Amino acid sequence: MYNRKDLLGLRDLTEEEIMTILNTAKDMKAKIDDPSLRSYELRKSSIVTLFYENSTRTKMSFMLAGDYLGAMVKDLGVATSSVNKGESLIDTGMTLDQMGINVMIIRHQLTGAAHILAKNVKASVVNAGDGSNEHPTQALLDLFTILEYKKHFDGLNVTILGDISHSRVARSNAFGLTKLGANVTLAGPSTLISGSMRSLGVNVTSDIKGAIKNADVIMGLRIQFERQKNMPFPNLREYSSLFGVNNELLKKYAKEDVLIMHPGPVNRGVELASEVIDGKNSVINVQVKNGVAVRMAILKLLTERSAN
Amino acid sequence: MKTLIKNGRVIDPYNNIDKVLDILVEDGKISKVEENISDNADKTIDAKGCWVTPGFIDLHVHLRDPGYEHKETIATGTRAGAMGGFTTICAMPNTNPVTDNEILVEYVKMKAERDGVINVLPIGAITKGQHGEELADIGKMAQVGACAISEDGKSVPGPSLMKNALRYAKMFDLPVFDHCEEISLAKGSMNAGDRASLLGLKGISNDSEELIVARDMILAGSVKAQIHLCHISTTESIIQIRQARERGVNVTAEATPHHFTLCDEDITEYDANFKMNPPLRSKKDVEAVRQALKDGTIDVIATDHAPHHIDDKNCEFEKAANGIIGLETALPLGIKILVEGGYLTPSELIAKMTCNPAKILHSDKGTLSVGAAADITITDPECENIFDVSKMASKAKNTPFGGYKAKGKVLYTIVGGEIVVEDGKLVK
Ligand SMILES: [Zn+2]
Repeated sequence: MYNRKDLLGLRDLTEEEIMTILNTAKDMKAKIDDPSLRSYELRKSSIVTLFYENSTRTKMSFMLAGDYLGAMVKDLGVATSSVNKGESLIDTGMTLDQMGINVMIIRHQLTGAAHILAKNVKASVVNAGDGSNEHPTQALLDLFTILEYKKHFDGLNVTILGDISHSRVARSNAFGLTKLGANVTLAGPSTLISGSMRSLGVNVTSDIKGAIKNADVIMGLRIQFERQKNMPFPNLREYSSLFGVNNELLKKYAKEDVLIMHPGPVNRGVELASEVIDGKNSVINVQVKNGVAVRMAILKLLTERSAN
Repeated sequence: MKTLIKNGRVIDPYNNIDKVLDILVEDGKISKVEENISDNADKTIDAKGCWVTPGFIDLHVHLRDPGYEHKETIATGTRAGAMGGFTTICAMPNTNPVTDNEILVEYVKMKAERDGVINVLPIGAITKGQHGEELADIGKMAQVGACAISEDGKSVPGPSLMKNALRYAKMFDLPVFDHCEEISLAKGSMNAGDRASLLGLKGISNDSEELIVARDMILAGSVKAQIHLCHISTTESIIQIRQARERGVNVTAEATPHHFTLCDEDITEYDANFKMNPPLRSKKDVEAVRQALKDGTIDVIATDHAPHHIDDKNCEFEKAANGIIGLETALPLGIKILVEGGYLTPSELIAKMTCNPAKILHSDKGTLSVGAAADITITDPECENIFDVSKMASKAKNTPFGGYKAKGKVLYTIVGGEIVVEDGKLVK
């Protein structure tokens, strides 16, 4: 069952709600490969994407998800719209509401932006990333991918590596995975990770070898240079040599069947070595397809709810 | 004109009085404080069961006038003060334009005279435009009645400029009201900690405050100037203050009602009415602030009344303005948390809102001495007070205390012998 108006984050979702989304995504995945299975059940729905922060990849994934279900999908070019003239987020939302939009998909650089939008509009709101808070659809596609390969979550050891402090992906995954019974370890340099993350029920460490050992899943996170004027580590060379994952490290410490994941786009040779990205344990490309499936599932569940 | 206040519990910490007495007010001054005064009066107030105290003094109020009259005006802000039992409030200079010269100080005084219902003492900026580059016209402002200087909203960035400001202000006996915040450590929107981690908000760590507390007390000590630390919120700041006092630094400190009442765990959603600077700290810090009020390390309760328009608050949390209104909630929170909580006696609470702030201002206000201006507040300390934001006199409604159950209600506020609040209602 998924009865909420919005999808804002995994923090507030129940295990049952998460599983509903993942199960629905399973049906959706088939429709991506085989157009004859597409039933266009969202043809009466209109969807708009509001990306205050650029992410071509995530936006495309959402737009295709809508297309495959037959919805009308529009992008509000935030960069060129009245938002630039100082219109408030709430005013933008209310305007779109009046135009008959059913689902608003928002990516925003400020934490809580999706929440304030959701509170002020009748349409369903999907959080496509807010500040340093959550990126629920990314985490859901990660969960979906893990489930595909590992068949369960209980007792699974998942290590998330990299720029934890700025990562809404890490946070959403931490919320989701711990709810589903996995053990989560967040690893990275001490300047990119906060000890108070432990309060989310996860392990926090700067010991990369320890974090790789026994991991069933290793998720690399993109290092965000552009966001940091005051660099939290000396340079990329030092970062990749101390915290980058390469084949040698995997051979020495990781499980044979460890799953290598990354939300993309990858900085090749920084968080993951190319040999790891392209290696046999990598499911990075599968994640991309699963992203569309999961987003289809979310759009379907949200619009079905409003139709009822 | 004679007003007689009968049978109240007169709490006048400056004169060490806490007993049932009558007070006679004549021509705007207190003329008698005695038992059973039988003089004929034009007006008699029965204060049985009530506290009769000096009118409260708030060292830290943002009246927003000039420049931000959509948030608050001197008319509405002073009425909010009166409703909260305040008879004197100090107006912070982060107006638009910034109150950094004598003309603007005169403007605030004139506006207060014309539109205000309680005493307003303007505070001048430390630096021109609060840009942190050159000293404001501190001497000129002192001459026309600025009561202090402050850069509130931020710290003076350069230690040498701050040192000069302290040294210069000392010439005019002006206290420096210090907002302590190292900005490079304060790039967040709530207290750093578990709750910030849970909500995905960037945190403001305690050290951002403590660093400047330590720096500016060292500077004040080295030039032997008077420094008053605004809205102290962390455990380590308090330890620093104790140590500085022991080595003879002329330092006083204030805490706000929200910092002794709420902690970061009270923030459950992205409700910007819980956003202020300094942020609501951890439970441990809240307890440290209460203990510091109890042991006297923190001398004063000041509200940091910071009115904002709904549009400044009803938006993305990280974008929302800092601050909450506080004049109308201060005393009931003080009674509920500090008196009922066993931290302060009623007299100690009143001292932190009357004679202690008066002393910092070198003012003879804050007492019920015979001959003093009749600034008097009468409070029913027993009644439950559930805050109703819609009924507040402030133009702004930004407070996290809507629906909060506090204790005690101001019934009368008398300013220079004139009744401004009567039976809990504004009459001016
Ligand atoms: Zn301040």
